[in-house]
Order: sequence, then structure tokens, then C-alpha cells
Amino acid sequence: MTQSVVVQVGQCGNQVGCRFWDLALREHAAAAPKGIYDEALSSFFRNVDTRSGGDSPDIYKGKICSLKARALLIDMEEGVVNEILQGPLRDVFDSKQLITDVSGSGNNWAVGHKLYGCRYRENIVEKLRKTAEHCDCLQCFFIIHSMGGGTGSGLGTFVLNLLEDEFPEVYRFVTSVYPSGEDDVITSPYNSVLAMRELNEHADCVLPIENESLFDIVNKIHQMTNSGKLGSTVKQNSLVTSSANSTKAVQEKPFDAMNNIVANLLLNLTSSARFEGSLNMDLNEISMNLVPFPRLHYLVSSLTPLYTLADVNVPSRKLDQMFSDAFSRDHQLIQADPKHSLYLACALLVRGNVQVSDLRRNIERLKPSLHFVSWNQEGWKTGLCSVPPVGHSHSLLALANNTCVKPTFIELKDRFMKLYKKKAHLHHYLHIDGMEQSCFAEAVSSLSDLIEEYNELDATKNGPRTDPPRLKIAV
Amino acid sequence: MSIVTVQLGQCGNQIGQEVFNAVCADVRGTHGLCSKKENESYRDACKERFFREEESEVPVARAVLVDMEPKVISQTLSIAARSGCWKYDDRSHFCQKQGSGNNWANGYSVHGPRHKEAIMNLVQKEAEKCDRLGGFFTIMSMAGGTGSGLGAFVTRCLRDAFPTSFILNHVIWPYGTGEVIVQNYNSVLTLSHLYQSSDALLVHENDVIHKICAQLMNIKQISFRDVNQVIAHQLGSVFQPSYTAEGGSRYSRNPLGDLMETLVPHPEFKMLGLRNIPQMPENSLAYSTFSWPGLLKHLRQMLIANAQMEEGIDWQVRPPRPGFSIPSSHPTNKPLHFNTSIANLVILRGKDTHSVDLGKKEKHTYIHQYTKFGIEEEDFLDSFTALEQVISSYTLL
Repeated sequence: MTQSVVVQVGQCGNQVGCRFWDLALREHAAAAPKGIYDEALSSFFRNVDTRSGGDSPDIYKGKICSLKARALLIDMEEGVVNEILQGPLRDVFDSKQLITDVSGSGNNWAVGHKLYGCRYRENIVEKLRKTAEHCDCLQCFFIIHSMGGGTGSGLGTFVLNLLEDEFPEVYRFVTSVYPSGEDDVITSPYNSVLAMRELNEHADCVLPIENESLFDIVNKIHQMTNSGKLGSTVKQNSLVTSSANSTKAVQEKPFDAMNNIVANLLLNLTSSARFEGSLNMDLNEISMNLVPFPRLHYLVSSLTPLYTLADVNVPSRKLDQMFSDAFSRDHQLIQADPKHSLYLACALLVRGNVQVSDLRRNIERLKPSLHFVSWNQEGWKTGLCSVPPVGHSHSLLALANNTCVKPTFIELKDRFMKLYKKKAHLHHYLHIDGMEQSCFAEAVSSLSDLIEEYNELDATKNGPRTDPPRLKIAV
Repeated sequence: MSIVTVQLGQCGNQIGQEVFNAVCADVRGTHGLCSKKENESYRDACKERFFREEESEVPVARAVLVDMEPKVISQTLSIAARSGCWKYDDRSHFCQKQGSGNNWANGYSVHGPRHKEAIMNLVQKEAEKCDRLGGFFTIMSMAGGTGSGLGAFVTRCLRDAFPTSFILNHVIWPYGTGEVIVQNYNSVLTLSHLYQSSDALLVHENDVIHKICAQLMNIKQISFRDVNQVIAHQLGSVFQPSYTAEGGSRYSRNPLGDLMETLVPHPEFKMLGLRNIPQMPENSLAYSTFSWPGLLKHLRQMLIANAQMEEGIDWQVRPPRPGFSIPSSHPTNKPLHFNTSIANLVILRGKDTHSVDLGKKEKHTYIHQYTKFGIEEEDFLDSFTALEQVISSYTLL
């Protein structure tokens, strides 16, 4: 069984991360009610005996003593991390897993990447090594951050770089929250494009998320639950936006509902690696199957269903609806419409009481309405996990490598160019040691190249399907 | 005469477990022909072939379980032990911590050499415990990384270590609409490598078995367990003891050898298909009657029309060359045929696989995933060439 380490950087990263650990504990509590520390738990948690204090060795079997998350919490200001340490999750984190500073990065990628990167490099490497040593077989690093700020964006991508140097064999999955058009951070285009370059070159897989989409999903659920008709029959803990302790009348913090969606995404992504099923889909398989060319590793994700009704009898028709929803525009976690763009590859990870015939039937049903690239007409990767998420009897995660990410990148580039042409705010970046104008030029050219690659693929979309000639051999 | 089964990857292990289940259930059944006194020798032969007796009274399967990640093996071991009728040897399994990631190169070039000794040791031990080793039966899928890549490597090692034993590879052909995106790469590489070391390749297609489940067995929500049980039933009908054409009073002492002799007259033609009738759910058995002439006629029709099941036969005639042995004590028939229709099977599949592959190859898609583990583009080219040759040999027939 493999382990994964979560590195949460910046305010956004830490807030999402916090929700992730909360929901992970809830999921495992439901799956292993007897309190035994099993292999599934070990993928994200260590079991330690805190009574002996200090560096006691991990306990691998038997009852759960004290669970510690395999995580690194990094932020250049103390507020967010302190809040986590005073909240209900304080025992899950070791004080040795934190790296904080006081003044923050001032929404400046250069400060995060160059200044703090340099200053904290040794510290970060040491803590990463420690965390890796506690893992029997480390398979993957999950980085959670936002692209628009300074710490998450700058220091986050610095850590990504570091991971590639120090742990080249370990996969790097990055969950990036992209800024929306009306973002209140003026320099977010600069930060995002500078970060994009790092993601292009050093990440194995990127799961882009946009706040706008999360917000729309939250609203949709809100409407459903409060609309009276279905309101009372919705199972509260099944909402993809619900927190673990939502049964108590606790005032949820503003971004909690949105962050829960991202947390659920990560849980579903790793479910087949942690729990058993009839067709396992491990993390290395996701990377292998969904990334046909090293640079095109941006995966659009969607989660269904968003909630379950308390009514236990779910007829087969509802199951099919789940599959249809996964491809609809309003279930995607970025503002994109995959159905009208070109698919390079698609993965469906089903959890719960769904069998292979349901999967096959739906693939055959939905396939005609989707455009796949000519050389990958049967480009489906499927996985079946037996354990459903909390509150649901079944669920589906769809990951698509699709050219519909292109508009997001094009918009980003446009916003960047608007500022860059006027050289607005540039001096804040350039007076940081190690930062030069060429960094900007290189970053935007890297983004342009990426957009061009997607353009080329799109150009083949409606063309005639020319089958290449068969290999001829001398008999 | 015993057969050692090597179960590779998730698919191999899940199917293998159902095969042993099916054989054990048959042997222990309290109804049916198997339980009659006269058929004790059949029962013993069956047991000897697949299981060995240990002190604990529960028969132990003659099998080696191999996978690169632990979840499936631990599940398989525990389900078998819980059944109470049989179990696996606790030490006859090999697993690692991280899977092959659907990467053939990872299975073949990295995991293979690294774990060769450990795996071959287990096989050697299992083989030594057989009074008379009849050969090896490996079960694997072609679409994944461990079954396909490590499977091809292990087959080669088996051939090197046991040059005079028979090796029969059972491969699972993936769903046409895709279950793994790089399944075409993995399949082509596997087939071409297996062709060199194996004696025969028995192919089961997921699509076909799925149809059998849906149409013949009337299962509404088909799970992989159902699919695997159908496959196990079919395999059982091939491997359980039967009389040979000559010796009418003795069970075949050399099951794999007999199969090979009849079916693989030339080393160039190694691919086998399996047609089994009747195929129906257990509860319908009480309402049906069978007669040998009826069954045989149906089977012949299936063969001539190249159909995989009794219903929905589509007529196109190709001359078959049948030669079958007639078992006398069980209700299912085993067709042993050298049949040009299997050649059809290969070609049709081959065509689909290849046209997609060549497209991919020209654009070098996914290649970086394989070169990471040491497979170069020339290896892909070699595999295509090998398979093209097989296809042209079959076409020339």
C-alpha cells in the first residue's frame, strides 16, 4: 500500500487542506468503525503513540492511538495556520510539520518564490525528508494552492520545483485554484502566469479549479435544499459541500462549502488507491493514461452526485443521470464545456454500488455525443471502487484531458498582457533579488506555447479521420 | 498429473480464484454426476490436478499469486480461506507495495528483472510439490501493467527454467470501447512477447463474456464477479479430466500436452478460442433438457458461423476442421478444434488494434510513459512486426 503526502501552501491551500483532513477523517471513520489502523488509513495518516512524546516510532497495526496527518503546512503569515491549530484538527498535526513566517508575501509571486524560497529551502527540504521517511512507500505528493496570490503561487511552485529535484520518482499532483475575472487581487494575472510556467514544467498532473464554478455549485445545492420541495428529504451529510460536523449548528466559515468540494475531489481521486474494488485505479495509472504528451497534463474534473435524497431506493435511471451530469457544463470545477471541445482522454472513477455493466452501458450511451481525438477514439480509463463516499450509495468522478481548458488559459494570458503592456506593478517584482524582466517574457511564452499545442489539437477536431497506413512487412 | 497456475495482476488473481472455486464446488457437489460412486476416479483426478492435500484437510490450490500491490492478493487469499472448502498456500504469493500503473514497460523491464528470483522461487517450490508436473497455466489481462508486462516476463522465465514443460497462457482481451486508454499498446506488446515463449494462448474477450452474461445468463446488473464466474466455468470445462480419443477408460494423463497436440500443430499458430455450451444460469437447468446430438449440432453451427454463443448466430460459412474428444460424464461439452475461425478472431481484433496504434505511434503519444522505464520505440516496432507476421500466416491459411 502506498502513502501520499499533502503539501498545503498559502491561505487558500491551507483552508482547502483543512477541509480535506476533516473529511478524510470522517470517511475513514465510516469505513473502519472498529478503530483499527489499517492500510487504507495509512495512506494519509500515521499512527503514533503520543504518550511517549518526541520521536516515537510509528505503530503499523492494531488499534488507533493517535493519528497524525502526512502533511506539510506552509504559510508566510501565521493567521490561517494558527486557526487550524486551535480548531478541532489541532491533534492531527505535529508542530514539526509547519513552516510559517510573519509578514506574508504581499500577493507577490517573486517574494514567495525567490525571497522566501531561498530563505526556507533548507527547512522545507528537511521537513519533507522527515515526512518521506515515515512513509513505507511514498507514491505521490499533493500540492494545494492558489495561483493568484503570493505565497501559494510563488512559494507553492518553489516547493514543486524542490520536489522534482529531491524526489524525482514520486508523482506530483497539483490542485490549483485559478483566479476568476473579477478577482480582487490586481496582480493575480502576473502571479498566475509566472506560476503556470512552473506547473508546465514540473507538475505531473494539474487539477485546475475556478472559484466561480465552485460558487455556482454551492448556489445550486442551496437552492435545492431550501426550495421546500426536496429540501427535507436531502441527506445533510451527503452534500458535496458539507463539513464533517455539519450536524451541529456550527457557523460555517464563508469558503468552507466551496473548499469541501475540492476536498471531496481529492478524496474521490485517491479512493481506489486506498479502498478495494473490482477494478482498481491507482494514482500512477491516472497519470499514465490521461497524459498523452508530457506538457498537456491539465485535467478538468467533475463530481456527481452533488447530494443524495434520503429515499433509499435509487432506480437505475438515476444512476444513468449521474453519468450524464458528469459531462454537463455546470458540474465541472472550472468554467468550461468539455462536451463541445475535444477529448484527448477521459477517466471515470466510480465508487459504491455500481457494476461494470452500468459503466459500459453509460459509456456506450454517452460516447456519440463526445468528440474524441482521432487517435484515441476509445480513450476511456475506468475504475470501480467498492466503498462509496459518506452519505452516498454511489458516486462518480470524471477526469478529462480536454481542450476546453484553453479558454481559461487564453483569458489568463489576455489579462496578463493588459497589465504587462503598461508595465504596471512590475517594479514590485523586479526589485526582488533574482527576478528579471526575462522571467516574465519566458513565462508568457511558455503559456503561449501551451495554448498553441491545444490549438493544433483542436484543428484536427472536425477534420476527416484519416487512418494511417498499415505497417507493411516482407512475408 | 498436476497443473500449476500462476495468477498475475488484479484480473489474473480475481479469475484464478473463481476457477478454483468452480473446480472445488464441482468436486464437492452433492448432486450431479460427480457425486456418484462410479466417478470417484474422476473426482480424484480433478483434485490431484488442481489441489494438493495438506494436514489441515482443506485442499490447497496449486497456485502462485503475483501482483505489484497488496490489496487484491489479500482479498483473494481471505475470500478463499473463508469459503472453508479450499485455500491458497499462505506463502505462495508475491506482492510489492506500488502497482505497475498500467505501464507495460514498468511491468516487463522494471518489476520483472527486479523480482525474478523471488517469483521463480515460489513457482519452483510449487512445481516440486507436484508428483507429475503437467505444465503451467498463467492467467493475465492484456490491458493493464502487471498482468501484461510482468506476465510476459514471467512467461519467458518459465520457458527458460522449464524448457520441456507446457505453458498455456490465458489472456483477457479488454472491452472494445476501452477500459484502459493505453490498452492497445499493452496488448500488442504482450501478444508479441508471449508468442515467443508460450505454447498456446487462450483468449477470452470481455465483450463476449459480457454478452453471454447479459443474454444467456440473464444477469441484470453484471459485475466483474459474474464475468469471472462465466470464464471460470468455461475454463473448468477445458481443464477438468476427460478421456482422450484413444484411451477410452482412463482420464487424460497429460491434459495440457493433449490440448497442444490437437490444437497447435505448427508453432506459428498458437491462438485458441473457446466455445462452451450450454451456458445458462443454474436455476434454469432444472427446466431444460439436453441431448448430445442437439448440443453437438448447436456447437457445430456456432463454429461454422464463428459465433461465440448459441443465440444470435450470424451466418458466414468457413470450413472448419473439427476433431473432438467426447467426455462421457459431464453435461458440458468441450470443443477442441483447430479452426480457421479463430484466425478470423485474431485478424479482426488485430485490425482494430493496429490502426489505432499506428496512429498513436506516428504522433508518439504516451511514448514518454514507456521510455521512462526502458522500452524504446524500436521495441514497439518489433512487436508490431511480430504480430503482423502472425496475422499474415493466419490469413494465408
